[in-house]
Amino acid sequence: MLSLETITNSIQQWLYSTFNPTMALILECVIVMLLVIGLFAVLGLVLVLMERKVAARMQIRLGPNRVGPKGILQTAADTLKLMMKEGLTPNGADKFLFNLAPFMVMIAAMLILAPIAFAKGFQIWDINIGVLYVSAVSSMSVIGILMAGWASNNKYSLLGAMRSGAQIVSYELSAGLSIISIVVLTGSLQISAIIHSQQSGWWLFRGHIPAMIAFVIFIIAVTAETNRAPFDLAEAESELTAGFHTEYSGMKFALFFLAEYINIFIVCAIGATLFLGGWMPLHIGNWEGFNHIMDKIPSSLWFLGKTFLLIFLIMWFRWTFPRLRVDQLLSLEWKYLLPISMFNLLLITLIAIMGWHF
Amino acid sequence: MFLKEYILNIYRAVASLLKGMKTTGRYFLRPREIITQQYPDNRAQMKLPERFRGEVVMSHDENNEHACTGCTACELACPNGTIKIITKFDVTPEGKKKKALDTFVYHLELCTMCNLCVEACPTSAIKMAQTFEHSVYDRSRLLKKLNQPGSKLRAGVE
Repeated sequence: MLSLETITNSIQQWLYSTFNPTMALILECVIVMLLVIGLFAVLGLVLVLMERKVAARMQIRLGPNRVGPKGILQTAADTLKLMMKEGLTPNGADKFLFNLAPFMVMIAAMLILAPIAFAKGFQIWDINIGVLYVSAVSSMSVIGILMAGWASNNKYSLLGAMRSGAQIVSYELSAGLSIISIVVLTGSLQISAIIHSQQSGWWLFRGHIPAMIAFVIFIIAVTAETNRAPFDLAEAESELTAGFHTEYSGMKFALFFLAEYINIFIVCAIGATLFLGGWMPLHIGNWEGFNHIMDKIPSSLWFLGKTFLLIFLIMWFRWTFPRLRVDQLLSLEWKYLLPISMFNLLLITLIAIMGWHF
Repeated sequence: MFLKEYILNIYRAVASLLKGMKTTGRYFLRPREIITQQYPDNRAQMKLPERFRGEVVMSHDENNEHACTGCTACELACPNGTIKIITKFDVTPEGKKKKALDTFVYHLELCTMCNLCVEACPTSAIKMAQTFEHSVYDRSRLLKKLNQPGSKLRAGVE
């Protein structure tokens, strides 16, 4: 059967039989790089279109429907327009940092992609501290945002960047604690091991109610970490024009915009991996027939399906809830999410030690 | 007691958030409720809301008669001088002079569609029409005379 795993293995064998090991490794890196960039471009187009369509449906509108059939080429046209536009650097800005910031944000997003398993045996780097790596690198993107806000030399940008800093620093805690609760259940930081531990059932269901609470907290925290509504204080159109990317235009703005959507994809992929079993098909107890049918569906489809389900959930949040104030944002984290997730972690540890999960 | 209040708070917050998500989720699942009208495409069968106000018109019946007595109540009611009533004196069969409408001047370019003139009219001579494609190449074409040429006051309207 043709699967991504067999394709990658045959390519690797061909490379190593044709070239010397160093050359083959370099070529592999180039292929991976091209794949990642291709994935980013496709994801950007698909997610922006999905967001606009979902938003329209939730607000009883139609959404983009003129460019291409049912408007599917709208985002491609938008990208083309952004590429044509002039990337202006303001006079008072710190030129070097200003131009570096969008690339910092993109690089941080690209780095997190490394340990994510897209399908069975289709993973860039199966590092043995995968989850730790992800939670460490994901806080890097705030550097790019702070850089953009500071270098723009504009009060709106600075305010947006500072808010983003406060937000990411606080919400990282509860996101980390919910990730740890799954690590406690699995006993491993390796992404592939976490996925394999969910063969008999996803942690969301196997960990009883504490796992569900951890999942809800994780979703809330990553919504805040990716600076999306209702936590979009960093850009807050109505107060700060566009927050940290007020001064950006053209392709540099597009990079920020793209990075936002890539980050959503990444956090949803991590959520799907930790709580919904990554590429593992849905198995219910000992229903042999049902489980067999579920195994027929390719693992990459399972992964993408779960990820897009979570992305839809986050979009649903955005088009339903109003934006929080800064004090509400911080009190939600420090007074509610953090104490709850700490207590929840204790419960999950108890479940893991006593072996109450099934 | 504090803990109870804390948990109740969380419960209420989650319940209200879920309520909001239920509303938007319902809209998402029912595309038939979409209210967007794809305007230039559906020009023939477009339905405007009943209370939509496009411009002021004066209704004339089949005998080319209107109900405007030239009382200038609409002109006084108009907040930005959109309406100008020019009156004349008709001579009745008994030989008496009577004030009547000569020209109802309506500046569409100044009108804010506030409906105050229609409310002020004692004889319901004017009303709001649903037409809205008002763009023209010359501003002077927005200046309209609402009473048709040769029209006169309907008998019995005072």
